[in-house]
Amino acid sequence: MHGTRILDEADRLMTVCNSCRYCEGLCAVFPAMEMRRAFSDGDLNYLANLCHSCGACYVDCQFSPPHEFNVNVPKTLAVARAESYAAYAWPHALSGAFARNGLVISIVAALSMAAFILGFAALNDHSVLFGVHAGPGAFYRLMPHNAMAALFSAAFLYAILALVMSVRAFWRDIGTPIGGRADGGSIVQAIRDAGELRYLHGGGVGCYNEDDKPTDRRKLFHHLTFYGFLLCFAATSVATLYHYLLSREAPYPWWDLPVVLGTLGGLGLIIGPIGLFIAKSRHAPELLDEQRYGMDVGFIAMLFLTGFTGMLLLLLRETAAMGPLLALHLGAVFALFITMPYGKFVHGIYRFAALVRYAQERRSEAGS
Amino acid sequence: MQRCRLLPYCIFLYTKVRNGGPEWARLPSGRMSLTSSLRVHGMSSKYDVLVIGGGNAALCAAIAARRGGASVLVLEGAPKFYRGGNTRHTRNMRCAHDAATEILTGPYTEEEFWEDLLRVTGGQTDEMLARHMIRESKDILNWIVEQGVRWQPSLGGTLSLGRTNSFFLGGGRAMLNALYLTAERLGVDVEYDAEVTELVIEDGMFLAARLERPVKGETEIRATSLVAAAGGFEANIEWLKQYWGEAADNFLIRGTPYNRGSILKMLLDKGVQEVGDPTQCHAVAIDARAPKFDGGIITRHDSVVFGIVVNKHSQRFYDEGEDIWPKRYAIWGRLVAAQPDQIAYIIFDSTVVTSFMPTLFPPIAGQTVAELAGKLQLDPAALEKTVTEFNAAVRPGTFDHTILDDCRTEGITPQKTHWARKIETPPYLAYPVRPGITFTYLGTRVTKEARLLMADGKPSANMFAAGEIMAGNVLGKGYAAGMGMTIGSVFGRIAGREAAKHARN
Repeated sequence: MHGTRILDEADRLMTVCNSCRYCEGLCAVFPAMEMRRAFSDGDLNYLANLCHSCGACYVDCQFSPPHEFNVNVPKTLAVARAESYAAYAWPHALSGAFARNGLVISIVAALSMAAFILGFAALNDHSVLFGVHAGPGAFYRLMPHNAMAALFSAAFLYAILALVMSVRAFWRDIGTPIGGRADGGSIVQAIRDAGELRYLHGGGVGCYNEDDKPTDRRKLFHHLTFYGFLLCFAATSVATLYHYLLSREAPYPWWDLPVVLGTLGGLGLIIGPIGLFIAKSRHAPELLDEQRYGMDVGFIAMLFLTGFTGMLLLLLRETAAMGPLLALHLGAVFALFITMPYGKFVHGIYRFAALVRYAQERRSEAGS
Repeated sequence: MQRCRLLPYCIFLYTKVRNGGPEWARLPSGRMSLTSSLRVHGMSSKYDVLVIGGGNAALCAAIAARRGGASVLVLEGAPKFYRGGNTRHTRNMRCAHDAATEILTGPYTEEEFWEDLLRVTGGQTDEMLARHMIRESKDILNWIVEQGVRWQPSLGGTLSLGRTNSFFLGGGRAMLNALYLTAERLGVDVEYDAEVTELVIEDGMFLAARLERPVKGETEIRATSLVAAAGGFEANIEWLKQYWGEAADNFLIRGTPYNRGSILKMLLDKGVQEVGDPTQCHAVAIDARAPKFDGGIITRHDSVVFGIVVNKHSQRFYDEGEDIWPKRYAIWGRLVAAQPDQIAYIIFDSTVVTSFMPTLFPPIAGQTVAELAGKLQLDPAALEKTVTEFNAAVRPGTFDHTILDDCRTEGITPQKTHWARKIETPPYLAYPVRPGITFTYLGTRVTKEARLLMADGKPSANMFAAGEIMAGNVLGKGYAAGMGMTIGSVFGRIAGREAAKHARN
C-alpha cells in the first residue's frame, strides 16, 4: 500500500484511531487525523512529525498491547518520523547518515575536534598554543578572525541550504490538499506552539516517560536546551555585530552582552541535555524507537559538548588551557553545524513545518 | 507532580502528629488515617471497606470510602491492563446541569434528564432511585474532576451529545487511570488478578471474601463493609444462554472476557433481592468481523439511518429511520439478536460513504446489488427485490440527518419514516453486523443509600452495590448514551460513603 512497512502500520493505526477518536483532545495529531478519511505517505509523515511523543495516547488507549489491536501510536510515529528524516534528506546520497547516526555523529565530532587541535598545533608556535593570552583579540592569536568567520559561515550556510532543501521536499509532500505557501497567521501560531511545546503536555497532566504516571520532565529540559541553544546563537550574533560594527574584539568582559547571553545559554546547554539524556535512558522501551537511540543521544551529546566546552573556555580563558579549549570548542561547534541536516536537529525543523501546516488546516477548517 | 510525590510523606507525618497535626497534612476530608484504622483492628488484614470490582463504580466507591476515613482494599479480578471492566471502553457521562459549562453547550435540567430516562425505559425504572441519581449527578460533574478526571468537549461526530454528555479527555481508560492514581495516592490498596471465589455472608451480613489465589498471603479477606461493583454477566455466554438459548453463541462481547457476573451470582445465591429482566441489556449492532471480546467502541456502525438493514433472507425488519441515531443505536443489538442466525447487513450506496464516522472495517462493495449480495452470501434476487421495492417506495423530500426530516417511504412494511433515499449509485456497499452486548441489566436491588436489599425486603447491614451490578434498578430497559457511567459514579460515590460510615460506627 505505502512505500514502507512502518507507513503501512501507521495507516492501520490511523484507521483504528479515526474510528475511535477518544484522544482527540490530547494533541494536534488526532484532530489532524480526523480531517482525513484516507492517508497518503505525505499525510502519515505529517502526522508523524506532528507527534511530540508525550505518550499520553498510549497510556490512555484501551487497544494498546497486549490488546489484539496492538495500537501503539507513539512508537509507530517515532519510527515513521525517523524514517521521514532520511526520506527527505538533501542531498539524498547522504540520507544513509540517518541509518547509523550515532556512529556518524561521533566520527564527525572526533575528526572535527582533532582537526582543530592539529590545525592549531601545526599553524601556531608551541608557545602561542599553550600561552596565556588576554585582552581584545586574544582568541584570534590562535586563529585569525577572518579565517574563523569564513570557515563557520561556510559550514553554517551549507547546513541552512541542506535544511531548506530537505524541508521543501517535506512541505511539498504534506501540503498536497491545500498546497502552496504558509500564511503569516499560521506561522505565528506555529512559533507559539513550538516555543511553548504546547503538545508536549500529555493533554494537560504532563508527559509519560518511564511508566504510566505522568511524571515526565522532558518539557522543562527541552526548554533549557532549546532556549540555551538560542541564547548561545544570540551571543555569537551579538559578538559578530560588535566585531564588524563596533570594532570591538572578543573576548569580552563577563558583564558584556555576548558573555551574559553565552553563559546563560551555556548553562541551559549543559543542564538541558543532561536532563534529556536521563529521561531518554529511563524511557519505557514500548514507547520508544530504540533503533534511533544513537541519533537521539548523539545530538544530545553534541549540544552538551558545545555548552560544556564553551563554559570551560569562559572559565579558563585567561590560563594556558585557553588554546586547546578553544580548539575543542570550535571543533564541537563545527561538527554540530555540519551535521545539523543529518541528525536529530532536523526534528525541530520538520515538526515546525508540520505545526505550520496544522495551523493552516485549523484556520481553513474554521473558515469553511 | 510535587504533590503526589509528597503525599505519602504527608500521610506518614500525619500519623506521627495525629494529635493536633497541621491541617495540610490531613487526608482530604478524612477523619482517620489508614494506620489508625488498622490499629483499631489490631494490625490484622481486616479492612474497613472491601470493594470488589475495578471499574468506575468501584473506584468512585473506593475513593469516597477512603476520603470518608476508611481503610480500603480493591479486588480487581482482571489483570492490570484489562482493569476497569467496561469503563475502559466508555467515553462520556450524562449529568444534569443548570447552565452551560466549559465543555457543555447548554443546560440539561434534572427534569429533562428524568423525562429522557422515562422515555428510553418506557417507565420501567424506580422513580425514587432514578430521581435521586439525577439529583446527585449534578455534583458528580465537579466531584469527578476533583478525583483527577478531565473533561473535553464532545468528540468529532458526536455533536448531538454536546449539551447533555461530558466526555472524558482521552476516553474511559484515561478516566480509569486518573481514578486509580488518585486512589493509590490516598492509600487505597489495589490487587489485580484477584478473583473472588466465594462470599461469606450470614443473615445478610458480609463477613469475608475468599480468593482464588492469596493476596498478601491470605486467601480470605475480612472487611467491615462490602461494596459490590463487579459488573454484569455479559461475557458469560453460558449464563446468557439460559435466557437467549443458542442465539447467545452468536453474540459478540464488546468488553473484556472478565465481566462474568460471578459476584452478582454469588449475591443472588446468598439471598440478595434480584432486580431487572435477565434478557435486558445494552446491545448495539457491531461489525460481524469484530473479535469475540473487547472490540470496544470502534466496531460499532453509525450508518443504519443512511441505508436499509436486511437479515439473511434479504428482508428488512425494522424502521431504520425511526428516530435520530443517538436515541436509537442501542436498540439495534436486540433487533439483530432476534433475526435468524443473529446476523444482518446494513446496505447503502456510494453517495453516503462520508456521512458517518470512518469505520475500522471497510465496507464490502459490489458494482451491482446482485454482486454485493453474492459477496455477502445472500440470495441476489431477493436482495435486488428488497432494494427495488424500497427505492420505489421512497417519497421525495428534503434530506437533513440532523432533524426528523420528511424523506420517508410509502407502501412498504416496515416503513422507513425518515432519511429514506434511494439506494441506486454504485458501488453498493454493506457492513455485516451482529449483536454486540455491552452490559446486562439483571442486578441486585438497592436502596437510596446503595445498600443491598435482601429477598425478604430487609436492607443488608453492611453490603452495598454500585454500577452495572445494580443498573437494573434504574434501567428496566432501553438506554441513553452516558447513563451507565452516571449510575457508576453516583452510586459508587454513595456506596463508598455509606460503607465507610458503617465501618466507622
